[in-house]
Amino acid sequence: MGAQANEQNLVLQVKDLRVHYATPTGDVIACNGVDFQVYRGETLGLVGESGCGKTTAAMAILRLVQPPGRILHGQVLVDGVDMMSLNEGELRQARWRQVALIPQGAMNSLNPVMRIKDQIADGIQTHEGQQPREELKERILELLNMVGLPGRVYNMYPHELSGGMKQRVCIAMAIALHPSLVIADEPTSALDVVVQRVVAQTMLEVKDRLGVSMILIGHDMGLQAQLVDRIAVMYAGNMMEIAPVQDIFEQPLHPYTQLLIDAIPSIKERKPLKVTEGLTHDLRNPPPGCVFHPRCASPRATARCHEEVPVLHEVAPRHYVACHPE
Amino acid sequence: MSQPLMEIRDVTKIFGGGFLQSGDKIVALQDFSLTIHEEPAMITTIAGESGSGKTTLANLILGFIGPTSGQILYKGQDVGAMNGEQRLEYRREVQAVFQDPYEVYNPFYRVKHVFDLVIRRFNLARSRREARDVIEEALNVVGMRGEEVLEKYPHQLSGGQRQRMMVARAFMLKPRLIVADEPVSMVDASLRAMILDIMLRMRDEFNISFLYITHDLSTAYQIGDWIYILYQGSMAEIGDTVTVIENPKHPYVQQLISSIPVPDPTERWDTDITLPPEEELRGQVESGCRFYPRCSSRMDRCITKRPPLYRMDGQDHEVACYLYER
Repeated sequence: MGAQANEQNLVLQVKDLRVHYATPTGDVIACNGVDFQVYRGETLGLVGESGCGKTTAAMAILRLVQPPGRILHGQVLVDGVDMMSLNEGELRQARWRQVALIPQGAMNSLNPVMRIKDQIADGIQTHEGQQPREELKERILELLNMVGLPGRVYNMYPHELSGGMKQRVCIAMAIALHPSLVIADEPTSALDVVVQRVVAQTMLEVKDRLGVSMILIGHDMGLQAQLVDRIAVMYAGNMMEIAPVQDIFEQPLHPYTQLLIDAIPSIKERKPLKVTEGLTHDLRNPPPGCVFHPRCASPRATARCHEEVPVLHEVAPRHYVACHPE
Repeated sequence: MSQPLMEIRDVTKIFGGGFLQSGDKIVALQDFSLTIHEEPAMITTIAGESGSGKTTLANLILGFIGPTSGQILYKGQDVGAMNGEQRLEYRREVQAVFQDPYEVYNPFYRVKHVFDLVIRRFNLARSRREARDVIEEALNVVGMRGEEVLEKYPHQLSGGQRQRMMVARAFMLKPRLIVADEPVSMVDASLRAMILDIMLRMRDEFNISFLYITHDLSTAYQIGDWIYILYQGSMAEIGDTVTVIENPKHPYVQQLISSIPVPDPTERWDTDITLPPEEELRGQVESGCRFYPRCSSRMDRCITKRPPLYRMDGQDHEVACYLYER
């Protein structure tokens, strides 16, 4: 499943992305030379704990990193065009039309004093200029329909909608200009299980109907298993493993990926909890060698892990891992 | 046989709809009953989604609000009729841990402040030295050491660490019951096991019972002894955790469990589900089953009178659904 893995089918290419946040006591290394790709028509899951850099990477793709954060280095190619080389005007064109973002907590950021129709219209007209009223209305109703919302939501205010409905409005806004890529950051984390399923279904439908590619950022491995084609695992600013979703679950190669999978509480089988310490180092001062080595319990770990930073390399077809071989 | 530790008898809580108020009334909780025995110590899960009434229940038990009808008895005494001294004792024996591991801390104080306040209020120590010992003991139970954390500010600790400290603070009072309202939902997935494990150990080593309030059935399944599943203020299904989760009977609970995303890409959600527009769900319906609008097994009688709890054959398992009428 998923698009063919060749250059022409690339919607996004992130190369050696480095993002730092300045603090009084030194730079926090949020992204430490991150590489990954998204192919046309696929959904890439981007997972990791708080502080791993996944949201920072998403913001960097759209050049939305604000001070004290700064992008030091890196290329972000969207449909072959390097976002880093665009000027302000070109960048504004690219945002929303080529790459759209559904940020964390989007549903709580809807303008409380504007009707839904006006917020969506606003988004469209900001990027496409004034639109004829009737056409605009048609478009908005279409969008609402595509995300499974009833027509009357058009005239409603955000507070009249439930969490799941608000989130679907955010999805509608993100696809309004038919972007090639939608980045959804924790789109369902505040939602109930059944509502989460409805929103997730909506995202899948939208993806199928529009052929849009997606990056789904999250930490719920269960949800990732249901929705994505490939998974990219990040830890403390570094990309640790990228592989097709089935391979990640059946044969996780990086010890951190194994840890994430083991941490999923099962609904099928009662078993002893696997307890683990969290991020153990200060992000301003990463340990030498592999950044995960202080927490690594793998029997394959050697002295080399303390000295040499492992490079992301292909170990099996389409399966990349940043871990020293035995 | 000793009296129960806590007895909640047919408690109903209605918000709004009073004579001078303009809004419609909301029946947050209806005819809820629950018993917690002095021993053995148990983890009782109150599970439900938004609008289920679980947070209202937590607030009622902690005495932040009073019931509209019904009683909450602690060791035989009506919580609503307690005098100052009895209240203080109640506060000491029934402690709480809340969802947000940041909001409980005053960011201007070092974290030891939260312990100092409690020690002063409840006279837990006669000297600074003794206070330090009391705090150290509590921190050790949650796997932390005073010298590592007490002098830090809240922002210098991770969410998981802050939450563990909250559990330590509750433990310090040697409570009989800890009400934990979504204690891990804002903590990273890989760190949740640590906190859940602490709850299990407190139950087993210190005979502390827990009321674990959550929407996450997976963690409830892993650590809960008894479970009460609420839907829009009413009990839907109750019983032994493993029995209920492995063999759910109520249509709502079945839908809920099947919506939990399974972390296995080969086991994806099989059918699409649709929800009727959410704003129709929260009605003022006091008669009839709350799940009627969404139930595929509904009958005419379901809308006229709310089904009582029916016991499943000789099991620790009750279901509020006419499908199981005997």
